[in-house]
Amino acid sequence: MSAFQRVLVAGFIAGGTDDVDGNLETTRLLRSQLRTKSELRVIDTDVLPLMEVAVEDNHPAAANAEPEKSEPASDGRTDQKAEPKNEVKGEAPQAATPEKLAAIKDAKDLEPYEHVFADVEYWKKIGEEYQSPLIVTGTVMFTPHARSGIVQREEEVYDSFGRRRVVPVRTYMERKGYILQPKFIFIDGRTGTVLHSENFREEVLYNANQSTPALSSYFELMDRLIPSFLSTLSSQKIKGTRVLLQ
Amino acid sequence: MRMRFTIALFLLSTSVVPLAADARSDAKKQVEFGIAVAQRGLWREAIYRWERATQIDPKYAEALNNLAIAYEHEGDLEKARVAYEKALELEPNNALIKQNYELFKEINDRTTRKDSEDSQDSQDTQSQGSQAAGTQVSQ
Repeated sequence: MSAFQRVLVAGFIAGGTDDVDGNLETTRLLRSQLRTKSELRVIDTDVLPLMEVAVEDNHPAAANAEPEKSEPASDGRTDQKAEPKNEVKGEAPQAATPEKLAAIKDAKDLEPYEHVFADVEYWKKIGEEYQSPLIVTGTVMFTPHARSGIVQREEEVYDSFGRRRVVPVRTYMERKGYILQPKFIFIDGRTGTVLHSENFREEVLYNANQSTPALSSYFELMDRLIPSFLSTLSSQKIKGTRVLLQ
Repeated sequence: MRMRFTIALFLLSTSVVPLAADARSDAKKQVEFGIAVAQRGLWREAIYRWERATQIDPKYAEALNNLAIAYEHEGDLEKARVAYEKALELEPNNALIKQNYELFKEINDRTTRKDSEDSQDSQDTQSQGSQAAGTQVSQ
């Protein structure tokens, strides 16, 4: 039934902590999950530098200054590593200079880049390049977070007769952790149009004295929302090719 | 008498527009609920909602479009075709409905063609098999 047999997890505009490369890690993780848990053939290619693409969209002159290179078209082995054509803007990493890229620290910083998802021509070109797959892209915010306050936890107590009881104890705690806020955008590789987008939010907090690496927290939080992502994708069989209207 | 008739006609004409607006608003609620449940994979419930929407407001092309998608999802392709065609009759210039219908036709035609080819292949195989079996029997 589905018109999509292949999926391209193109890349993400990511921000938040510098400890985790949200673009690279999310792309890798989703590809590996889709490979093992979906029937779609996953296109294995370089991660698109979407921030640079968004900057180029705003500075077309800079993009046009890039020399054009020509490369042979893909041989159709869509689940093998494919070399994208350089004519698709943004695929030359040096196209945007670092000073053009503002650091993304919170959701508001993402706004200047989000127009890239509505760039139908760009996504259509990417779609043509990879034989019209379903394209998965979006934004990923992974930010450190600290919260202090009264926390209720259960504590074992033993009375004078040695009987065990569990009682709720309220204590003041300082906790720190991370918030993961991905927005997955599904694009039709044939038309370049956005088919569906979905926002997620997960957070985790640890005791302040606990030292958990950012990458571990990232995977912990992604683990929680991967089932929802996969289920969105499976119901995408129809939504991916048809548009429900209000 | 004539005055009364004029007043009655005026009242009727002013009440028709809000009634139509109410119908669309009621139907829209059904459509929105249908979308919410379809996104959770509850397509039968979605069909019920969108059928209700088209009963409330038979000129609601978007509801017919969604109904067609749901029928398609449930494999009821004939009903899907009818719903798409009704939706397009109501809104012939709606690009999204047109796109949905084109994709439906493309996949439906391909499936139908494949089914008929498979059925032809299986008939050929059966015929060869029975010939072979017959040959074996006769041997």
